[in-house]
Parts: sequence; C-alpha cells; structure tokens
Amino acid sequence: MADGSIGLWTVPLAVFGGAIRVSTPFLFVSLGECITERSGRINLGLEGTLVMGAMSAYGISYLSGSPWLGVLAAGITGALFGALHAGICSLPRVNDIAVGIALMLFGTGLAFYLGKPLIEPTAPRLPAIDFGWWSDTPQVRAALRINVLFLIGVAIAPILFWAFKTTRWGLLIRTAGESSDAARAMGYSVLWIRLRATMVGGFLAGIGGSFLSLFYPGSWNEGLSSGQGITAVALVIFARWDPMLCLWASLAFGGAAALGPALQSVGVTSGYHLFNAAPYILTLAIMIITCSPKRTLTGAPAELSITR
Amino acid sequence: MTADTADPDAAVGVAPAADAGFLQRYGATIEYILIPGAALVGALAVFGIFVALFGKNPLDLYFYMYQGAFGTWFSWQNTLTRAAPLILTALCTALPAQLGMVIIGGEGALLIGALSATSVALAMPWAPPLVVQAAMVCAGVIGGGLWITLSGALRQYRGVNETISSLLLVYIGLAVLNHLVEGLMRDPASLNKPSTREIGAANMIGSIPGTDVHWGLVFGLVAALASYILIYHTVFGFAARVAGGNIRAAKIVGLGVSKLILTICFLAGGAAGLAGMIEVAAVQGRTNANLAAGYGFTGILVAFLARHNPLAIIPVAILLGGISASGGLLQRRLGLPDASVLVLQGIIFVFVLASDALYGRIGFLKGKS
Repeated sequence: MADGSIGLWTVPLAVFGGAIRVSTPFLFVSLGECITERSGRINLGLEGTLVMGAMSAYGISYLSGSPWLGVLAAGITGALFGALHAGICSLPRVNDIAVGIALMLFGTGLAFYLGKPLIEPTAPRLPAIDFGWWSDTPQVRAALRINVLFLIGVAIAPILFWAFKTTRWGLLIRTAGESSDAARAMGYSVLWIRLRATMVGGFLAGIGGSFLSLFYPGSWNEGLSSGQGITAVALVIFARWDPMLCLWASLAFGGAAALGPALQSVGVTSGYHLFNAAPYILTLAIMIITCSPKRTLTGAPAELSITR
Repeated sequence: MTADTADPDAAVGVAPAADAGFLQRYGATIEYILIPGAALVGALAVFGIFVALFGKNPLDLYFYMYQGAFGTWFSWQNTLTRAAPLILTALCTALPAQLGMVIIGGEGALLIGALSATSVALAMPWAPPLVVQAAMVCAGVIGGGLWITLSGALRQYRGVNETISSLLLVYIGLAVLNHLVEGLMRDPASLNKPSTREIGAANMIGSIPGTDVHWGLVFGLVAALASYILIYHTVFGFAARVAGGNIRAAKIVGLGVSKLILTICFLAGGAAGLAGMIEVAAVQGRTNANLAAGYGFTGILVAFLARHNPLAIIPVAILLGGISASGGLLQRRLGLPDASVLVLQGIIFVFVLASDALYGRIGFLKGKS
C-alpha cells in the first residue's frame, strides 16, 4: 500500500480502470465473432488471430514507427486468417469448429515463429487520452488513461446493433445465419456472405490483438494472450449474439481479469493465479447458468453448428 | 444404354469389373491412408516453401527432420518417448469424437492428472514403490477423468458447448496447478522454478530394458489397443458409435445416452490424466509448470489426423512425436526458432481438415475409371 490516502479504494478503482483497459481485446474479438456467428459460422480460430494480430501490430509498429500502421496491419492479418477459415470451411464436409481449432494452433505457432526477433526491441505504443486530468490522485489518473481503440470499440457496438437491425447487409448476414436456403432462394451466395462476415470478424479480432501488444500490457511475448480469444468467443454465446450485450459482457470480463493484478497491488498475493483465472471461471459459470439442454438459446442463429 | 438412363443408381450398384472388386472392398481403407498421407505431403511441401522464404534450404530441412526423428537409434528413442503422452492425449479427443463430441481439453486433464498423481505419491512416502506407482496411476486417471467428465456433464445436463468448456478448463487447470505449486505444495528448496517436492527416485517408473524409452510408451500402446477393442468390438462401443451417428435414433432404441457420454468422457480424461502421471513418474519426477508443454494440444492434431481411430493413433503419434523430436536439431543446425514445430503442426492440421473434402471423390477408388 504505497499510497495510504485512498487505501483499499485502490482495489475497486483498479478494477474499474482494468475493466476499461483489459476489456478492449474482449470487446473487439466478441464483436467480430458476433458478425461471424450471425452469418451461421463459428470461428474458434480467433484466439490464433488475436495472437497473430498482436505480433504483426508490434512488428509493423517497430519497423514503421507508426503504431496506427501496426493496428491496420493487425486488422489485415486478421482478415486474411478469416479468409483462410472461411475458404477451408466452404469446402464440402469440413467442420468449422475443427478448422477453428486448427487455425488457433497455426496462428499461435506462426506468431511465435515470426515474433521471435520482436521480443527484445521496443516498438512505439498507441497513445492514450488522459481523462483524469481533474484529479490529483495518481490511481484515478491511471485508471482514466483511456485508449482510443476502446472508444472505437464502444462506438462499433451500437453501430453494429443498428446495422444488424436495419441495413441491407445486416439482413443478409442474418438471413445466411438463420436459413441458408432462404438466402440461396433470394439469389445470394451463402459462402460469399460468410466469407465476408468471417473476414470482417477476423479484422476486428486482429485489432483486438494489436491493443494487447501496443497498449496493454504493451509488449510482445509468447504469453501475451492466454485464452482471451476463446473467452471472447464464449462471451458471444451468452451475450445472445447481441452487440450491445457483448459490450457489457466485455466490460464485466475486463473487471474480472483486472481483479488479480488489483489485489496484488494492495498486497494480497495469495491466490494470485486463481484470481487470474477469474475470467475463465466466470465464463464457465455464466455458460452453466444461461445454457439449457431443453431449449435452444434465444437469439441463436439457426445455422450455427454449436447450438445444434 | 437404356438401363443407364432409366436408373443410374442401380447401374452404379452393380460391380463394374472383376478387378474392381478389390477396390470396392478396400477402397474406403485405402482412402483413409491415402488422403491423410497426401495431406501430410502437401503440408510438408508448404512448410518447405515457408522455410525457403527465410533463406533456408528445404532439402536440408527434410534431411534434418528425418535425422532428428528417425535417423538414429538415439532419435528413435527420443521420438518414442514423446509419442507416449501423445497417444494418450490423442485418445482424450478421439474417444469423445465417437459420440460426436469435440473435446480439446486434453492439456487440462494432463495437468490435473499429474497434480493428482504427485499428491498421492507425496502422501504415502512409507509405501513400497509398486504400491505408490499403482496409486499414482489410479489418481492420475481419476483426476484427469473427472476433469473431462465435468465437460461432458455440462454438455449433457446444461447444454454447455463441450469444446469451449474443455478449453476453458485447460486455463483453469493451469491456474490451479500454479496456485498449488507456488503455495500449498511448494518445495521450499525450489527457488527459481516453483515445484512440488520430488516423488523420489524409487517411485519413478523407469525405462524399458535395453532402451532409454520409459514404460509410458507401453501404457500408451495398451490404452490405444484397449480403446480400439472397446469402440469396435464391444456392445458399449457399438452403442457409443450409434449415439454418435444419430442421437435421436440412439434414444429411440433406448440407449442411456447420459451414461455413455459420462463414461466415455471419463475414459478420455483418464487417458490424458495418465499421460500427466507418466510425465511426472518417468520424466519430471515432480509437478511444475514444465508439464504444460503442449502435449494436450498436439494430441488434438494426432486424433484428427488418425480420424479418431484408436489404432491409427499409434503410428500418427509416433510421426508427430518425431516431428517434435526433430525440433531441437532444426534449431541447432538450421537456426530455426523452436516454434517452427508449431507452425508445421498447424499447417498439417489445416491440410488434414481441408482434405476431408476429398473423401468419396477420388475417381479410381470408386471402382470406376
């Protein structure tokens, strides 16, 4: 307890700050996965996409000196991985869950391979906006140093909600997800719709990865993402494929993930690893509570293999 | 001619020619070997191109891979030592696959199995080695088995997707292991690498006489053989395959689907837990974070490459064990990063899945040219 003035308030404050900071990758991955799953496919490979995004963002930021180019590179990498997933899945009799597992292993392996020379150097990071200028307490200021990517993610959620509801593209994606026959009858290629939806999903997940390496924790190493991608995929399921609920769920997850470091900062070190596993335990608990064997989940796209 | 146009299905059903009888009978088996084999060759070719992009000679790559995996007696022993846990973790994916379930949490079951086995061994320092070893096997199997049964039960009773829950349990298992190894079970003497106390040299299961390969390989072979018999030559296995093919049909004929799921998941997790026990009792001698070496994840690839057939898992595990055994040589001779093995595994996985599209489409295997 270095600063006695706010004492134990450090914990909720750090959890709040963490909710904003840690939730960003969850937010991007879950919004991306939301688009993909609404089109009737599940991409478990986003874990690999996240790590590849983190690696390529760090690499490009280091080489070009511009972190924003890194973010763009991460998005493009993610879109390419999405295209790979969709391309393999469009072959007959190929299971999308299995392809996701394969790309998860491939993505992490490739990122470790290409990222080997990037562990040492320091790349330019993304800037943060200081929303805590009014406060004198360093903890408050630290909690309110917010990254632009978080704000973009928060903005994407309602836009996506609106787009699913009212736009032509939203309707097409939902049609492909609810009934591929209907989409085909309307004269659209389901594979083509899903290819684009998976690519956009991968693009967002890649950007989520760039946040990991360019802002928080803000370096590239092989332990950067441990299951954040897969947690975000699970998060979409209990957010009922609703982008706004994805936003709230991501914030809750960020808070849970920040609990371990927050408690450590006030000197509670026992159970550190268990607190770090809080997001996974929370995911599992929420899935147990919200799922039911009797009925299919409300809001689930009918074509989704995971709910059948 | 008229028969063809009137009823093409019947025309296909007639055996076309005498020599095609062989293909008709064995065509499917040949396919099961030919297609994954072709996928493997394709993946190796792509990996060669990938390595060539970094200025390494692909021919050197293949040579050193062969050398490191199967070139010498030393590398064969290294390969077989790595194949042992792979056989067992592959069973963790392959057995539930008979029921149509995709379980990818073998790594978690391995860690929990290792932890349980170590705890039991440390709790009975007075017992003779054989008793300790038997207890470790039981603890490993039960620990890992219950861990995956949890995924199966959540799927059956709560409708939670087993793929996601089993993967989440990997991270939870790792957290539990780290928590205990750095806290309650920590050996105060282990400073840099927090570990439990050693189970003792007397309790190690040792090597097969005349080799450096530990007895874990025999455990793996026996488990694979037993799984094969269970799935293909018992009523229980038949019931499992029926339920995997059509769950509604299984319920209509009165199969206890819940019991099938829970039993299969227990056996699957038990196999991975046994792998953890072997890693402790034959290699590490204690539990620490080193155990999370990725055997559980490579096991998923082994299972898919073997098309979830327990017997086919044995050669595939040896092959993949060889690939990971050659990693060290690739690092030393070609200067490739250690992650190159992961990249190759990923490429193989992608190729194997994409090759699923080829089944039943190879013209000459259908008995008509």
